[in-house]
Amino acid sequence: MGQGKTPSALPDIAHYTHVPNRHWGRWAAVAIILLLLTGLARAFAVGDIEWRFVGAFFTAPAIMAGLANTLWMTFGAMALGIALGVVTAVMRMSPNPVLQGVAMGYTWLFRGTPVILQLLLWFNLALIFPRLGFGDFSVRTVDVMTPALAALLGLGINQGAYTSEVIRAGMLSVDAGQYEAAKAIGMTRLRALRRIIFPQAMRVVIPPLGNEFIGMVKLTSLASVIQFAEILHAAQNIYYANSRVIELLIVAAIWYLIIVSVLTPLQMLLERRFARGTGGSR
Amino acid sequence: MSPLVSIVDVRKKFGDFQALDGVSLDVHAGEVLCIIGASGSGKTTLLRCVNQLVTIDGGAIWVDGELTGWRIDGNRLHALPEKEIARQRLATGMVFQRFNLFPHMTALENIIEGPVQVQGRDRAEASREAEALLARVGLADKAGAYPANLSGGQQQRVAIARALAMKPKLMLFDEPTSALDPELVGEVLAVMKELAASGMTMIVVTHELGFAREVADRVVYMDRGAIVESGPAAEVLGNPKEARLKAFLSAVIA
Repeated sequence: MGQGKTPSALPDIAHYTHVPNRHWGRWAAVAIILLLLTGLARAFAVGDIEWRFVGAFFTAPAIMAGLANTLWMTFGAMALGIALGVVTAVMRMSPNPVLQGVAMGYTWLFRGTPVILQLLLWFNLALIFPRLGFGDFSVRTVDVMTPALAALLGLGINQGAYTSEVIRAGMLSVDAGQYEAAKAIGMTRLRALRRIIFPQAMRVVIPPLGNEFIGMVKLTSLASVIQFAEILHAAQNIYYANSRVIELLIVAAIWYLIIVSVLTPLQMLLERRFARGTGGSR
Repeated sequence: MSPLVSIVDVRKKFGDFQALDGVSLDVHAGEVLCIIGASGSGKTTLLRCVNQLVTIDGGAIWVDGELTGWRIDGNRLHALPEKEIARQRLATGMVFQRFNLFPHMTALENIIEGPVQVQGRDRAEASREAEALLARVGLADKAGAYPANLSGGQQQRVAIARALAMKPKLMLFDEPTSALDPELVGEVLAVMKELAASGMTMIVVTHELGFAREVADRVVYMDRGAIVESGPAAEVLGNPKEARLKAFLSAVIA
């Protein structure tokens, strides 16, 4: 375009209709994906799976009991893990070098060994300490260390080591000026953490914590090795008897998917709750 | 009358950097003191030592007749526990350069947080006082607003109200207008002027020489961690004696 041309010399297109991009590639991708899914569904339909067994055992009493155990173990181990994680993160961020050392040691120990090994150790604690307690107030370890307690301790304490780092990341994400402002109005460190720092850290902490929660739903299946009757253990017990291995694994898989599907919107609700005061929700 | 704040030969090092190199200064009740100086001169560090956000290496600071941070036992000084330091901070209110409002709380919640949580005062009564304070800083209609929805000038005025809600004997201002857009500086300075006129004791670290000239009873010029010149505002700003201060003033005004 040469110099000196006035805008009136440009073509008059202001009244033309705007046509958006067609995105042909997306439509092609959808078609291919649908084709693949149909093939997969057909393969499973004609494969050697007796779907009526899936239906029959889906709500069997043993499966229901396993489901209940998986659920309470998930919430119990996460509650223990979050409690330990918060305490450990606060210790790690404390100015006291002894507390820092204890926190780092705990994280090192429990992140450094496989969780399945930790489960076996807790379950076999009686081999190290036949009795727990002092003098007359002691009990036989085998009576106390049930599969459920061993699983709760093993999963919860291991989770605490990981969760402490998530919480610490959240605490680090809060501006140093917030600590100073809290101190300036006479708050002690712990009160500042509770009232000012944690509520802001929550926003950063919830997505990874949701991740850990979902991980825990499935991690509870490891407790089947120490005879804890969670859902996978229940499914296995049934297929040992009736040899319907795949059908019962599918039953367990569907239940895991249902639990995780329910947890995801709960996480979104929590995120909205802690977004107070940020641009997102006014 | 003994001074409200007595700073005696205070020293502070950050690594190898001598931030404060033997600073002594008295501030009397009702006085407005402005501290000026280039960045790195130690003026903000000195202010933060007064409410113990920075721990001093040597010297002593007395606020309202109480030695801050230490307990005298014979000829020894024992460090105070955190709780005592938190209690001592209640004598001072602090306003920060970057406001530091609590973003998850409304303006009103920011103001009543200290009175309710720290001083254990009745929530309804604290809220009534907070509303009065908001009216005083010209934000009566912003009680329910979150900091993210307030301008910088409005946030800083809420921060002033938050500090005042603790009923401090002394207000510390750390470059309260430096983070503001130019058109918002005036509204914050106006609140500070009103506060000065009401008789509040104030130590203000600032680059606003006009404010210092108009409001300060005394101006202190600091350079390299020491007080170089101090005196009545008109004298220090209008008739500087030290070459460094002359150079600083001409650089700021130019």
